[in-house]
Amino acid sequence: MTTVERTRFYQVGSWAAGNRLLDPAQASVQADPGRANAITSGHRACQGCGEALAARWVLDTALRVTGGNLVVVNATGCLEVFSTPYPESSWQVAWLHSLFGNAPAVAGGVAAALSAQGRDDVRVVAQAGDGGTVDIGMGCLSGMFERGDDVLFVCYDNGGYMNTGIQRSAATPAYARTATTPIAGTATGNRSGQGKDMARIAMAHRIPYVATATVADLRDLETKVRTAMGLRGARYLHVLVPCPLGWGTPSCDTLRIARLATQCGLFPVFEAVDGVVTAVTPIRHRADVREYLKAQGRYRHLFEPRPRTDLIEAIEAQARRTIDEFGLLAADQTEEARTP
Amino acid sequence: MTTPLPFAVTLDVGSSLANKTGTWRTELPLYVSNRPPCATACPAGEDPQKWLYHAETGDYEAAWREIMHINPLPAVIGRVCFHPCQTSCNRAQLDEAVGINAVERFLGDEGLRRGWTVAVAPPTGKRVLVVGSGPAGLSAAYHLARLGHAVTVREAAPKAGGMLTYGIPSYRLPRDVVDAEIARIVAMGVDLQVNSPVDDLAVEAAGYDATFLAVGAQLGKRTDIPAGDAARILDALTLLHDVAEGQPPALGRRVVVYGGGDTAMDAARTARRIGATDATIVYRRTRERMPAHPVELEQAEAEGITIRWLSTISQVDGDRVAIEAMRLDDSGFPQPTGQTRSLPADAVVLAVGQDTDLRLLDGLPAVTVHHGLVEVDPTTLAAGQPGLYAGGDIIADQHTVTAAIGHGRRAAAAIDAYLGRGGEPVTDDRAPATFEALSPWYYSDAPASVAPQLAAARRIDTFDEVVAGLTEQTALYEARRCLSCGNCFECDNCYSVCPDNAITKLGPELGFVVDTDYCKGCGLCAAECPAGAIEMHPLVPAG
Repeated sequence: MTTVERTRFYQVGSWAAGNRLLDPAQASVQADPGRANAITSGHRACQGCGEALAARWVLDTALRVTGGNLVVVNATGCLEVFSTPYPESSWQVAWLHSLFGNAPAVAGGVAAALSAQGRDDVRVVAQAGDGGTVDIGMGCLSGMFERGDDVLFVCYDNGGYMNTGIQRSAATPAYARTATTPIAGTATGNRSGQGKDMARIAMAHRIPYVATATVADLRDLETKVRTAMGLRGARYLHVLVPCPLGWGTPSCDTLRIARLATQCGLFPVFEAVDGVVTAVTPIRHRADVREYLKAQGRYRHLFEPRPRTDLIEAIEAQARRTIDEFGLLAADQTEEARTP
Repeated sequence: MTTPLPFAVTLDVGSSLANKTGTWRTELPLYVSNRPPCATACPAGEDPQKWLYHAETGDYEAAWREIMHINPLPAVIGRVCFHPCQTSCNRAQLDEAVGINAVERFLGDEGLRRGWTVAVAPPTGKRVLVVGSGPAGLSAAYHLARLGHAVTVREAAPKAGGMLTYGIPSYRLPRDVVDAEIARIVAMGVDLQVNSPVDDLAVEAAGYDATFLAVGAQLGKRTDIPAGDAARILDALTLLHDVAEGQPPALGRRVVVYGGGDTAMDAARTARRIGATDATIVYRRTRERMPAHPVELEQAEAEGITIRWLSTISQVDGDRVAIEAMRLDDSGFPQPTGQTRSLPADAVVLAVGQDTDLRLLDGLPAVTVHHGLVEVDPTTLAAGQPGLYAGGDIIADQHTVTAAIGHGRRAAAAIDAYLGRGGEPVTDDRAPATFEALSPWYYSDAPASVAPQLAAARRIDTFDEVVAGLTEQTALYEARRCLSCGNCFECDNCYSVCPDNAITKLGPELGFVVDTDYCKGCGLCAAECPAGAIEMHPLVPAG
């Protein structure tokens, strides 16, 4: 329904944030020198942090859409820890933090209070990492969905509890090494399951809007935030944000890794309305699952000291299943004009 | 803090801007301008990325002026150049090379159509003689005139242009285009004298402060082929010259061309146009080893020209030629096999190379001529005699129009310096912009637009131009396919992907600046720059 409109601009299309030749109205919010910078400089996120970047992209867009009438509720996690060490704050937006697991409930409360005051113009976004979403906050989040609170809940998924020392979460992918799923003896990292598929758990609540996105595609992410903010009720956005520290990747590779995750089929980018998938972002340049795995230290044990072909093949099978389930290759890939 | 605060009071929130995270940094991003492969490849010294950057905006005049900084004949070069820029274009690794040559032609034609002119510097009072009005001579004359020198061009032939006029067939290069671009140079104050051969340079260069010699290689080489009295043999340059003069020789229906270069292609295609129904090219080696440009070969074959590979002419007799089959030895050199066959031929055209006539240098013992070529300094093109420079087909280099343009420009810069003035820099010392440094993800797929071609059947009996130009719309499309290798084109990616908001966007044409107070040196801006125009540099400890 709301896939990104790519302009037929042949030099970069609209894959890049903007362009000197592009009508400013067609450029991304992030290309605007007047963007809000909801999370400003001086925060203590690691070099190349995907979460800090995605949070700015999401909130700057939400601020643009709401004209600045926005309240943000933050769960505990990296995003909260690195942005608000006492007495500093990086937030240039009305921002609340309570506990690790109660962000959806607090956000629902804020929305209810605003509604009671007749302030329907002020919108609410709640945000958390994958730990605060799929583990600790899941009960509250499910309740928020079930009540239909007028909140956009954004999960920045970096696959673990990173600031406390890289412990596994229920969003840690299979066979990834974490501090609590180490490589020792016969242990091969995280268990082989797929964890909690939070986007589809959200869809099962039949809320008006669920979408996934990554920090590799700014235009797509901004479009989804705009779409979500255009709707009322409980909405859920799941954003894949690689973590250089936890994933064992160079800080300059954050976007590349997220791109590989989508292009190898492991992370499906899609939208669902009222619990039904309405749009998927097709794979544009198909990547090899092994290329994605090899680029990350948390999967090194799959290749060294000897290749664990059985485990790699299991992950490849998961990618194939996801591609089939969402039709990531079947969709029309001719997004560019072939002739002028 | 002056007053002690009571217990458990709420403090105002401070900003994280107090935390200068720039101290974490071990590498610093730097915006660079690297040399794109098209610029490295251009024998004339053009930097296509630079002018495509202007063409992308639709500012064709700015693009044209950028070209004219280097090349005074864009409408000509846009037609006859074999575009090594496109052969080296990084975009070829994505889909297809940018049609740089076609855009240049569009810009050149646009310049002629709109009558754009180039400013001339105030007179310097220096006089320079240019001998020869081919592309090298014209280029030197243009650049010297632009710099304010008084230039006299002496041309032996009745018309200016050298090989542009007398060597390249008009179906590849219409004469009105050549004439118009020459007229623009003359209008800059260049004194162009035709029918004015220079026989003794030592005498005739007196009175000039410097001389550029570019008389070209006007003589068609002959080769020893046993031939009977009735044999009709002529060389390709004479054929092309006579056709250009409007006096095509009678060749008959069946013409055999001997040679494998572009001149052989031109000769065979010209023969078809003046009435030969059956034109055959005989070449000693294989298709892979043929020196002719693949485009020329492809167009010749499309026009119905037969090519006999691994063949040589062993004898010409009356209306037949004997063709001997060759084979390549281990070193790739063709060796005779003794197997011959006979082919009907009313005429044989030899296209086996060109020679120079440099007798005009006899009075200048300081100039060295070796194998028919003038020895020059490879950078300045100085020819041994103070104040004398040489270029074009009489020096050892590529013998193409584009290379000649480059010679003229380099010699003009050297002459300018010799005459005690600045001398424009002609070298580009920037580091190469490699494909590996690009982030191709961001470029959308856009295959090249191919300039439409006249149908082969229509073109064989006409000297109409074979390749048509781009329209304004397709030229713009093509220009925007440029990847801008190694140079920022303000896509805003660096500004948007910095997790620390440490890049400031200065505005259109002003670029970006890194805020060293907060840049943690993560390298995302460099990694996600489509054009590879940001490089991470390790910080060197102070002191």
